[in-house]
Amino acid sequence: MTDVAWIDAALTSARPQAVGALLRYFRNLDTAEEAFQNACLRALKSWPQNGPPRDAAAWLIMVGRNAAIDEVRRANKQEELTDDTADLDDAEEEIAERLDGSHYRDDILRLLFICCHPDLPATQQIALALRIVSGLSVKQIARAFLVSEAAMEQRITRAKTRVAKAGVPFETPGAVERSERLAAVAAMIYLIFNEGYSASGETSDIRMPLCEEAIRLARLLLRLFRSEPEIMGLTALLLLQHARAAARFDANGELVLLEDQDRALWNQKLITEGVALIDKAMRHRRSGPYQVQAAVAALHSRAARPEDTDWAQIDLLYGALEVMQPSPVVTLNRAVAVSKVRGPEAALTMIEPLGGRLSSYFHYFGVRGAFLMQLGRNDEAREAFDRAIALANTSAEAAHIRMHLDRLMRDSQPESAALPKK
Amino acid sequence: MLYAILCYHDEDFVGSWTKEQDAAVMSKLAVVQDKLRKAGRLGPVARLLPTTAATTLRKDGPPVVLDGPYAETKEQLLGFYIIDCENLDAAVDVARELGAANPGGAYEIRPVGIFDPGARAK
Repeated sequence: MTDVAWIDAALTSARPQAVGALLRYFRNLDTAEEAFQNACLRALKSWPQNGPPRDAAAWLIMVGRNAAIDEVRRANKQEELTDDTADLDDAEEEIAERLDGSHYRDDILRLLFICCHPDLPATQQIALALRIVSGLSVKQIARAFLVSEAAMEQRITRAKTRVAKAGVPFETPGAVERSERLAAVAAMIYLIFNEGYSASGETSDIRMPLCEEAIRLARLLLRLFRSEPEIMGLTALLLLQHARAAARFDANGELVLLEDQDRALWNQKLITEGVALIDKAMRHRRSGPYQVQAAVAALHSRAARPEDTDWAQIDLLYGALEVMQPSPVVTLNRAVAVSKVRGPEAALTMIEPLGGRLSSYFHYFGVRGAFLMQLGRNDEAREAFDRAIALANTSAEAAHIRMHLDRLMRDSQPESAALPKK
Repeated sequence: MLYAILCYHDEDFVGSWTKEQDAAVMSKLAVVQDKLRKAGRLGPVARLLPTTAATTLRKDGPPVVLDGPYAETKEQLLGFYIIDCENLDAAVDVARELGAANPGGAYEIRPVGIFDPGARAK
């Protein structure tokens, strides 16, 4: 437990609580972060020799706070620095006692709420959360977002400046404000996940940590709000989606559609946890968009083969989601289920009115093309697929549509006149 | 005598392990388990999902279903072993061996009063 990798895990897991408590002391994000960094450096020096403390977070808070106070003193009076870590063992029990109680929850929540400050655009929210709460380095975050380190540094600095200007809220928010902010934190976590999930085959390896980080944050949030069905739903949704990670790309980095995935590669442990959470959530009978989406994902994960999928139930769930969160994208998803239950004709009718609003949406044309192809309307299908390729966000998406086009080409050529493939 | 070894650890810490770290711990534990299995001393073993997946039924008064684990503690019950040991010393030895493979946290060693392997036992 004393080599660097294990100390790293201990520092990572203690981070939200420690930075949250230090922020409460210093009321300044930069000071809190610096204090935590200092404490980590001391931990790396002290833990391998003295063994890890029983309560890593309490140790880091104490050492971080003392280090920061010393810094101030030194700056003020050039006073001599004493090493406080020596008599920490006595103090530790008492602090641990205090931490177990009241502050833990508020400290972490405050940290999460600050990252989701309404003045911050979403891109800054997630960058700030990954830096402050998760403790990823600027370099790691920049890499995951495929931007330069300098650009990411700037984004985070800007976010911090805005938060500082807006003033850090230290009072515990009231019930209404809290539930609003809770929704913002959930949305932020979902965005982090999607950043990782929407990666292409070439970038999925470097962006995958975003999915894992989002799951860690979701679990953290769920520990603070243990009976919030929507937070259970969010966590379940992320777990169930991430469970398919290993099956989503083939050896060439091409996207593999759900129905073509090798289900043996799905992570059963994550599926079990996701299904357990959605099960728990549904007992509350307070449905919400995350729960419904998680329920859809759970139905997919329960099907041993694609043909075992309960599409009728998925159609109903998307129908419920359309009511809660009307959006053309939801209707588009529902149409896929409808095509399985009632056929491509009904599905096509369903998405026809969406064309205007989704005129620059890759998936709309991909799905439309697929329905048209099933109906044998090959010319129109080809047209839709061409539009889809033009709108593809990743090379994997484009490659997938090209596969359909190739099939259309083959199908439309009379056998006698078969030409060598291009 | 049957003993339960109840595994307590900080689930945030365990959840912060990388896949490789997790796998390394599990394979070290498997070595100890295999030794016990070969000696016919290993009973059921379970690794529990995080406490976020837990539900508690309070039975004092009218039963109430609560989300979360029975107790909010710094370290959580994350799993257990049932092992057959000559005496407490032997059980502590096994716990030590498991502990060397997976340091941190604590093991509670509890003698088992009634044991029913259940219908799912192989």
